Amino acid sequence: MKHRRWLVPTLYILFLMLPVYWLLNMSFKTTNEILGGFSWFPADFTVDSYVKILTDPTWYMGYVNSIIYVVLNTVISVSFALPAAYAFSRYRFLGDKHLFFWLLTNRMAPPAVFALPFLQLYSAMGLFDTHLAVALSHCLFNIPLAVWILEGFISGVPREIDETAYLDGYSFPRFFTKIFMPLIGSGIGVTAFFCFMFSWVELLLAKTLTSVEAKPIAAVMTRTASTSGYELGLLAAAGVLTIVPGAIVIYFVRNYIAKGFAMGRV
Amino acid sequence: MQKTLNNKAWFMVLPVLFIVALNAIVPLMTVVNYSVQDTFGNNLFFFEGTRWFSEVLASERFHDSLLRQFFFTFTILVIEVPLGVGIALTMPRRGFWSSVCLVLMALPLLIPWNVVGAMWNIYALPDIGLLGYGLNWLGIPFDYTQQPVSAWFTVILMDVWHWTSLVVLLAYAGLRSIDDNYYRAAQIDGASRWAVFRYIQLPKMKHVLTIAILLRFMDSFMIYTEPFVLTGGGPGNATTVLSIDLVKAALGEFNLGVAAAMSIIYFLMTLLVCWLFYTLITQGEKK
Repeated sequence: MKHRRWLVPTLYILFLMLPVYWLLNMSFKTTNEILGGFSWFPADFTVDSYVKILTDPTWYMGYVNSIIYVVLNTVISVSFALPAAYAFSRYRFLGDKHLFFWLLTNRMAPPAVFALPFLQLYSAMGLFDTHLAVALSHCLFNIPLAVWILEGFISGVPREIDETAYLDGYSFPRFFTKIFMPLIGSGIGVTAFFCFMFSWVELLLAKTLTSVEAKPIAAVMTRTASTSGYELGLLAAAGVLTIVPGAIVIYFVRNYIAKGFAMGRV
Repeated sequence: MQKTLNNKAWFMVLPVLFIVALNAIVPLMTVVNYSVQDTFGNNLFFFEGTRWFSEVLASERFHDSLLRQFFFTFTILVIEVPLGVGIALTMPRRGFWSSVCLVLMALPLLIPWNVVGAMWNIYALPDIGLLGYGLNWLGIPFDYTQQPVSAWFTVILMDVWHWTSLVVLLAYAGLRSIDDNYYRAAQIDGASRWAVFRYIQLPKMKHVLTIAILLRFMDSFMIYTEPFVLTGGGPGNATTVLSIDLVKAALGEFNLGVAAAMSIIYFLMTLLVCWLFYTLITQGEKK
């Protein structure tokens, strides 16, 4: 039994990689070859689709827009959630438990329910079709998540550290930025990873709240697919390129994912 | 650890409260407004009371999509949770290979949802997709655009592909927190593999698994993009789950009252289940 242990994860990873391989395979084919029939490898190897995406502004601006609002959202979520998580972890205050649960319920609000009212709200605020609108709307589910994860990390730091710092004459803001934040550095990293992840993959709100200026890559993909008669090769290449930022981020946090979970709320 | 009572802590929560309230309460009130009114255009609204609610609750269409939603959520939980735990148990515990596994397994989690849908759409096509072609080659008639059974199979397989890794990561984190001494003690006692799992690993994973189930429940209950891109709710209405039906009603048919009433019922259901889970988790912590 022991020597066959590796078989389960290997088969699972194979199962995960096959659709990715298929996408990669198609992205190097011409659309005609894709529609022509089933084949394991591209017979007529081409990088035309990639060249088109990386040189055409309507395409690559989609990626730039997505990355702008995702980064904006990550920064807002983490910096707003930090003091709140500290408060939840260290103090009791009027209605704290109810507030914490209420925050969590927003993580559970289905975006499909909120898409239309969001459109009206952000149009009324004059933010429609801006990166800020998407970043703020994604705070609906990312801030509760960030507070939840950070609260776990902060509770893992002994209170004595806070008290010692106050006795040493540190003011609260100085203590927080100079001593406390480095202590929960990996927690901030893990939280940022999750905010990045959920903002990057969410597209219903991002699509609803934008039209031209801040259009995410997903919206670009659907439009191109419908107007120019389903260019599958191009679509596949665009899909492959959406995987790349995620893969880079995972590579950087690979050692923190499991550790972060284990240390944090989980 | 005793927390100190300090109502000034409210000031630290205030920014979060403000931004989440802006995003949550204003849209929710808009939905509540729609759900009790009717309109004939020109921004003229008439109070309708609970008419939309009773209409939705009595409609067969709502019952059907609710049923499909529960079927979907139940099926993926039953598949993903044991599978994820099993994989986490057999994964290399540390070293180079565990990093490789983690990176590769986390990959599906970071693919935008519409790309996941588009990817599986192509992957499962019977003529040019690997999955569809392979199944037909094996002699299994498979065409997810025509047969409801194939469509369901594809939607569920896609979700297993997409989200099992989350359960794996969480279960793996739980397993890592077990001290090696526990295993040594178990070995000395001559404990069986099953006993080690039942009395050492499972209790340690209990907390993470609750969170995994909670997250998977919520996310599968509001799943929209992937099945929408994959099957569009079809063939017919075979894979129309709640949120797809909701968007159809709101944006497709512009039935604002009905859609709003549906939203609220939908939201209340999620809230109820989450409250149950939340009480379970916090009670588990007190013990």
